[in-house]
Parts: sequence; structure tokens; C-alpha cells
Amino acid sequence: MCTQHRKSFLISIAACFILAGSAFGQGELRFCLRSEPKTFEPLKVEDEASATIRYLTGGVLVRMNRQTQALEPELAQSWKVSKDGKQIIFKLRSGISFSDGTPFSAEDVAYTVQQLMDPALHSPTGDAFRSGPGNVETKIISPTQISITFPAPVAGLDHQFDQVAIMSAHSPKKEMAVLGPFMVDDYKPGASLLLKRNPNYWKTDEQGRHLPYIDSIRLDIQPNRDVEMLRFKRNELDLINTLDSEYFDKLGAISPQLVHDAGPSLDSEQMWFNEVAKSPLPAYKKAWFRSEAFRRAISEAINREDLSRVVFRGHAQPAVGPVSPANKFWFNAKLKPESYSPDTALKALQAEGFRMENGTLKDKDGNAVVFSIITNSGNKYRERMATMIQDDLQKIGVHVNVVTLDFPSLIERMTQSFDYEAILLGLTNVGLDPNEQMNVWLSSSDNHQWNPSEKAPETAWEAEIDKLMREQASSADPKKRKEAFDRVQEIVFEEAPFIYLVNRNALSAVAANVQGASPVILVPQTYWNVERISLK
Amino acid sequence: MRIGRATTWRGAACAVLLLVAGVSLAANWIAPEGYAKQYREAADAPPSHAHWLGTDEIGRDRFARVLYGTRISLLLAPAAALLSTLMAALIGGLSGYLGGAWSRAAMAVTDLFLSLPWLFLLITVRAVLPLNVSPLFSVLVTFLILGLLGWTSAARVLCATSATLRDSDFVRQARASGIGAVRLFWMHVLPNLKPVLYAQFWISIPAFILSEANLGILGLGVAEPMPSWGSLLKELEGLVSVGEEPWKLVPLILLAIVVTSFQFVLARQEEAAA
Amino acid sequence: MLRGVIAKRIAQLGIVRHGLALIATVLLGGLLSAVLVRFAPGFDSDEQELDLHLNSQSIQALRQARLDQHNIFHFYLHSLNRAAHGDLGTSISLGQPVTTLLRQRIPLTVRLVGLGLATAWLLALGLALSAAWIRIAAYDALNTFLSGIFLCLPAAVLALLSVLWRVPAALVIASIVFPQLYRYARNLLAQGYASPHIITARAKGIAELRILFWHVIPVAAPELLAVAGISVSLAVGTAIPVEALCGLAGIGHLAWQAALARDLPLLMNITILVTLVTLLANSTADVIGKALRGHEA
Repeated sequence: MCTQHRKSFLISIAACFILAGSAFGQGELRFCLRSEPKTFEPLKVEDEASATIRYLTGGVLVRMNRQTQALEPELAQSWKVSKDGKQIIFKLRSGISFSDGTPFSAEDVAYTVQQLMDPALHSPTGDAFRSGPGNVETKIISPTQISITFPAPVAGLDHQFDQVAIMSAHSPKKEMAVLGPFMVDDYKPGASLLLKRNPNYWKTDEQGRHLPYIDSIRLDIQPNRDVEMLRFKRNELDLINTLDSEYFDKLGAISPQLVHDAGPSLDSEQMWFNEVAKSPLPAYKKAWFRSEAFRRAISEAINREDLSRVVFRGHAQPAVGPVSPANKFWFNAKLKPESYSPDTALKALQAEGFRMENGTLKDKDGNAVVFSIITNSGNKYRERMATMIQDDLQKIGVHVNVVTLDFPSLIERMTQSFDYEAILLGLTNVGLDPNEQMNVWLSSSDNHQWNPSEKAPETAWEAEIDKLMREQASSADPKKRKEAFDRVQEIVFEEAPFIYLVNRNALSAVAANVQGASPVILVPQTYWNVERISLK
Repeated sequence: MRIGRATTWRGAACAVLLLVAGVSLAANWIAPEGYAKQYREAADAPPSHAHWLGTDEIGRDRFARVLYGTRISLLLAPAAALLSTLMAALIGGLSGYLGGAWSRAAMAVTDLFLSLPWLFLLITVRAVLPLNVSPLFSVLVTFLILGLLGWTSAARVLCATSATLRDSDFVRQARASGIGAVRLFWMHVLPNLKPVLYAQFWISIPAFILSEANLGILGLGVAEPMPSWGSLLKELEGLVSVGEEPWKLVPLILLAIVVTSFQFVLARQEEAAA
Repeated sequence: MLRGVIAKRIAQLGIVRHGLALIATVLLGGLLSAVLVRFAPGFDSDEQELDLHLNSQSIQALRQARLDQHNIFHFYLHSLNRAAHGDLGTSISLGQPVTTLLRQRIPLTVRLVGLGLATAWLLALGLALSAAWIRIAAYDALNTFLSGIFLCLPAAVLALLSVLWRVPAALVIASIVFPQLYRYARNLLAQGYASPHIITARAKGIAELRILFWHVIPVAAPELLAVAGISVSLAVGTAIPVEALCGLAGIGHLAWQAALARDLPLLMNITILVTLVTLLANSTADVIGKALRGHEA
């Protein structure tokens, strides 16, 4: 009798523990992927959906804290970058194993780096490390220590490892054996993806409880944002990572605690003119687009305040240049957004020989100033911005035709046929470091969009940007790098090869039952601290 | 009695169409500010004295846009529908009537037309057009293409109809009495194709209006800032809010009324006989 | 009895010849679709090229990857040869074998389209018949207006409504297809009822059901069968936006993804599949229609 009592007492105590644990160790977090993930192999990741999976499942040596923007140790306890920026030595944690139980060691890091740097893989993550010809060298000093040496200095070397999910050299499950908080459990192509907590995840919280708190994550593949919003409102989803400004306002009007505006993000919306010498445009148009005065005048005639206020309902800021003010260290605070001044713009154009005739601007040879802006279809913000710019420029007699194209057609015009006049697109900045933008600014690069793959810089200012970008990349001194990149921002402002329009705010929605989420501007905005998110 | 009632409906339908056409033609006087003016201080506003149907996302008067959009869509969609109906009559009707290898070949082509990914032809058309093309020209080309591609379903049904007619007693008798093939087709076959032709015409109008707007994603159709019914209907796609903003439904209801009216104008034949 | 006659007619019409023509048309469809995709702009470009991390060599490698598809006839013959050995190639955008992708997604689309079509036909015939019987102009007007509303609603709006009201996606397909079927059926039945011998029959007081099944439907049958044939391709065409918008993993969604990515192997196989379905549906309708005509004659 007595023993029975004792037994039931013990059972109830155990039940209490289980219940207490369940407050953390239960529940499924649900949100949407906007497209099908193209790969589960972390080294081949190129699209946003695959990057999400990599973030949730991959274990990295170091991780940039998305809130403090500082680099934090993960699988590596500590690390050291050599003075010349070529070598990095990691000291690894011990006693960690992959999700399938395979132990983790320096061998796995060496294997991952070798795979990553295989030129045949054409990995975007790998290309970010490739600053010069030659092979990478990995040297396993001990099971918990490894040195990696690159053939040329890699600027911000340690930061780059934020994107490198370590793969197992030995596990038979290959890329499905992971070191991150979650692992892929079930994949229904085209429909959904289920991630389960990784039972071997090494991290614990301050109270010693195993992370992550939640059991699983359901990712529904849902490209339509309207449907995503509907489902969020119906409590079928817990997070919306990037929320449309209309929905932000509408949802915020009903339940302000669900929506978060983290301020200007790193992303910018911009337009640029075609300055390619061999483009099929008539010579007089090429002359306009290659004239700094013309580009600056157009830039001044665009009302950025209105774009932010009307198109984004105030959830955007007029943009200054290639660096968002959100990027606190690298932003050149001396620069201010181009002020809206159609009169000044018109005067500047008249000084260049343009003249107004019956409300139409004509160049000195009498050609009416007409050009088209193309943008990708399906992005209502860009379509609206283009229409507002069309209206703004009409005030200085410039006639704009707005054309929306499907993305592949647009890319073909932009990168191969160069058959366009102006393009309005956005640039998604994932990282903070100027090197992330190296391929935009080097005149020889394919992604130097206004005039790609120049054999030699065609203008003096492009030559100067080339020099400054190389200088900052080869220097390890943050102050010197900042000086160089500040100057790049000034040149870009003065020459306006890109006409920066706005920086959109990072808007997100988090359901009331989600605890511990604190949305930030950096990707992944709402679930950057996923292992510490719990559900009520 | 019944004929009289059908006539009343037809009269009402004609009146609706005339009214809509008249008002849209008078758009210059009713909405002198035009469809492109952006009232940026009052973007996405609800209906008011100044803006009867409110304003769109960038502050353009929705009422003015409906009026001007009606002009384009009410003129071009029926024209394209007529083109596709005529093509269907010609291809489907004739091939069924001629029968044999003609019919088989025509129907094989029709089936191919039904299955091919025409999207890519449209993308190519956009690439061939210059970028600085006027919005009106672009919309004309779009409706022309829609007219040229939209005949397939009806052609199949028409082929079946005219094949039945070819085998029917009265056509055989007519043929035996020495009436020429062209005259026979024109006098006896074509009138019997009317139910299908009317159905095709009627279905095509809204289908083309919507397709025009969808082709906007390829850079075809009406370009900004010009409005069309299709582009106004696309506004409904952010539907989460339409319950709260019923005035956004006005273009939809107007289009449905116009389309219904078309049906009543067309329905004369069957109703009169029924 | 009737079945025997139909079977004989079908045999007379030459199944073999029909089959050969069908295969030839399907193959032509595949080739034409490949040509359309190949020569549309954007074939050589990949969104991935805009990845700022990629260096020149990687961008060149991306472009090289499509080179083997440049000569479209060569590509097509090669694909046919592989297909003969059971390999439909690999999707460029999703990196998986086309066979796997199709096998995963066909069941959903078949269910969706089948259910949608059945519902659409029920609605269309129900309304058309009731309009033919009730014969009140206002009722007909109401039907026309209602079907008009559905005809005027963009597919995207209907898809959103289905999510909002938790309605199965098959109903979206039904609501897009039914107004068209209704119009055809309504007009064809009206024509049937307007013929002199039926007016006489009605005047004689013959029961409505008897008139319908003995006099109206047999006359309209070949056309209604043809409408049934095309309704399949209408519904398959509708499945593309509906699946894409509702996030359903069917063939329609796959076709949309493939089109956006200019995924030639996938697009070509989907077109071949759609052509096959269209041809089968329409040929079946034709053959039965001819058999009925022959039977009547």
C-alpha cells in the first residue's frame, strides 16, 4: 500500500518534470518558403529557400549574431586570422557529433573546405573565398585544430565562414548528416518540408537545457504572399519573414503586437542606365546615358520621399548609395540622399545643351528625351515606383515608358544582349562587408551591371573605384578599409552609375504564441535565433 | 408574350451597353483630370466627393481609370472575340463540313494549338517589339494575338456540329438538288453553327480582358499609366482586404453587367424561337 | 446492342491509323514546344548569374551548361532516343529526373482536374437544363449574370478565395470551367428546344423528360461530346494558375516553375503529356461522336 503510494508519488513528480520540460521541448514552428529549395547540399546553395534550410540545419564554425552584427564562436571555440589575411586557424569544440552520431573533428572541416573550393563545383559560397589563383591548403594540426591557407588574402576571412555549413567526411548519410539545431525529416516536393530537432545538437542554454526548444519546423512552399498572409491571419503560420507594407499596416491596425518594423534593411532598390559601348542603342542615347550630368539630373528629378511614403507607406527610407544606413560601420554618414529638385535638374540639363520644347525635353540635336525603364514583372513595388518615376520625369519633359518583363527575358537583356535603356531592380545584400559587393564595383566583373566586363576601366572614376576596392580588399586594417570604401561611396554618389531610390524597412510578423523571437534587419529576420524560440 | 419579354431584356441590355459606351466616350468631360494624375497625398483612399471610387495604390482616381479603361477594353475585347470566333467558324466549320483528311488534319492542328506553351511565343513577340512602343500599340498587338490564338476550343465543337450537319438529311437533300458547295455552307451550315459561335464570342470577351492583364507580366498588354479593365481587376488579387473595401469590386460588377448584356443582345435568335 | 454497334464502328474507323496519327501529333507537339522555348528570350540566362558571389568562371560555367540544348533538333532526337530507353532526362531547375517529378505530381493533378471537371459539368448541365425547363427570362438572366461574374474573376482571385474560405482547389477549377461549359450547353440545348419537331412535341403535351432524353440530347450529343473533349484541356490549362497560386504540388505548378526557369527537358515532357491528354480526350469524343452519328444515320 505504502509502496504503491510512493510509486504514484514518484510518477507524479516525473510527470511534473515532463510537463515542465514540455513548455520548452514541444511544438512545431510553421512558416513559408517562397520557392522550392533547389538543393540540400549546403555547399551548392544559391537560392533563398536552400539558404534557409542551410541556416536551420547546418552547423558553422562561426556565426555572425544577426542582432549585434558581431562574430560569435560556434563549432570553433576560437580562431585566429593571420596578418596577411591568407590563413585562419580554428580551435574546435570536442565531443560533438553529427545528427546521425558520426563524431565531428578537424577532418570534417578539411573535407568541407576542400569540397567547397573545388573549382568544378562553382559554388557561390566558394567563389567568395577565391581571391586569386592557386589552391587552398588545409592542415589538420590535431583533431580539434586546423589551419586553412588561401593562395591570396581574403578580406573579412573569418566572416565568410558564417555561410559554410560543415559536412561530414565519413557519414554514409552525406549532406543529410548535420551539425545544426534541426535536420530534414520529411520532404514533400512542391508542398512542404518537415525539420525535426537534431538529437545530437551540442548547445545548451544557461539553465543547461538542450537546445533547440522546439521539436520541429514545418516549412510550406508557398510562393504567393497573399495566401501566406491569409494563412498567418488564420493562425496556420507563425512567422512571416518579409512582410508587404500594405499587409503590415492592415495587420498592425488590428493587432499591433504581431508586426515588427526593424527599420531600414540592407536591401536597396535602384535604377541604372545602359552604358555599354557595344549596346544596340542609337549613339545619341548612349551619349545621354554615359553623361554624368544627365544621370545626376534624372536622379535629382526623382522624388524619393514620395516613393518611400506612397509605394512603401512610409516603411522605407530614401537611399543614399550602395550601403544602407543600417550597415552602421561601413555606411558613409557624410552622404545624404539626393534632394528632390526638378528645377535644378532642368537647369543642369539645359547647361548640357538640352532644351524644353512644348513640354518635351530635347537634346542639342533635337532628339526628344524618351527612354524605357524595364523591371521584373510580379513585383508590384517596382512597378509602382517605375510609374511614379515616369510621372516625376514628365515634369522635366522626359518621357518614360514602363515595361515589365519576366525575369529570364530581363536578365538576357541585362547581361547578354544589352538591349535596354534603363533597368529598375533591387539588390539584396546578405553580408555587411564591402567585399560582398566586390563583383558589382570592379569594372572587369560580369556583375558590373551598367557596363559589365570592361577590358580596362572606360572612365577615370571607374578606374579609381577599381583601385580603391582592391586596396580595401588587401588591407587588414579596418580604418584604412573604411576610408577607401567611404571614397567609393562618394564617387558612386557623384557619378550616379546606379541611381539609388530607397532602402526598404525590414517588416515581419510573428504570431502571439511565439516566444523569444526578436526580428532584426539581417536575413533571416525572424528566426535568426531559432534555437531559442519557443511556443506557448 | 415570351418574345415580347425577350425583347424587353434585349432592349435593356442594349441600353446598358450604350450607356456604358456613352459614359466612357464622355470620359474627357466627366474626368477632365485624366487617368494618370497621381494624388500622392491621398493614395489608396476610400471613396469621397473628390474620388467617387477612391484612389489606387499610387493615388490615381479609380473612377477616371474605370472610365478610360472601359474605352479600351470595351472596344478591343469584343473585336478580338469577333476575330477568334470568325477563325473558329472558318477552321472548325469548314473542316467539319469538308470532312475526311481535311477534318483530321485541321483537328490535329487544333489539338496542337490547345496544348502548346504559347507563353513562349508571346515572350518572343515582346522581344521583337521595341521597348519604346506606345501603350496603345502594345495593347492592339496583344488583343490581335489573343484573337489569333483563341479560336481553338470553339473550332473543335464547330467541327463536330458541321460534321453532323453534313450527314443530316436536309443538307443531303440540298446537295442532291444541286446547290453549290459554298452556297450550301453559307446558307445551311453556318446558321446552324450560331449557338456555338455565340457561346464562343461571349466567353471570349471576359477571357480576353483578363488575359490582357495577365500578359502584363510579359510586358505586353496595356502599359502604365494607361488603364484597362484587366488591370483594374488585377487589383482584386490582394483580396484579403476586399471585404473591407467593397468599392474595389465595382470594375468586376461593371464587367459582369456588360458581359451579361452582350449575352442578351446575342440571345435574340434562340430566345425568339423558344 | 448499342455497345456492339459502337465497337464495330470504332473498328471500322481504323484504330491503327488513329493511333499512328496520335503518336505523330504528340511527337510534333514535343518538338514545337522545344522550339518555342529554345527561341524565346531568356533561354540562355539564369537568375543565378546575378549572384554577387559568383566569379567569371562560374558564370561562364552556368552558360556552358545550356550549350548542349542549343541545337534543338539534335537535342530533341537525343531526348527521344533516351526516352525510348525510359529516361526522360533531368530537370535543369530542380535537378531531379523528370520521371520522378512527373510520377510525384501526376496523381494530385489528376484528382484535382477530375474532381473539378466533374463538378463543372454537374453545375453547367444542371443550370443549362433548369434554364431550358424553367424558361423564365429573369432566371436565365440571373444564370447568365452569375456565370458572367465567375467568367470575369481572375483565376488568382478565385484561388485566394478558396484559401480564404477553405474550399477545395478543385472547386476553383470548376468555377473557372463551368461558365464556359454552361454557355455552350445552354446554347446547344436552346437550339435543340427551338427545333420545329420539339415545339410540336411540346404542343402535343409529351413529357419534358422524354423530350429531353429522346429528342434534345441525341441531337446535341455530338457537340456536347466535343465540348466534353475540350473541357479536359480547359481544365488542365486552368490547373496551372490554380496549383501555382494555391501552392499545390501538381503538374500545373511544375509547368509554371519550369516555364519561369526555361527548364527545357521538363517543359518539353510536360507539353508532350498535355498534348497526349488533349488528343486522347478529343479523339475519344470524336470517335464516340462519329459512332453515334453513324448509328443514327
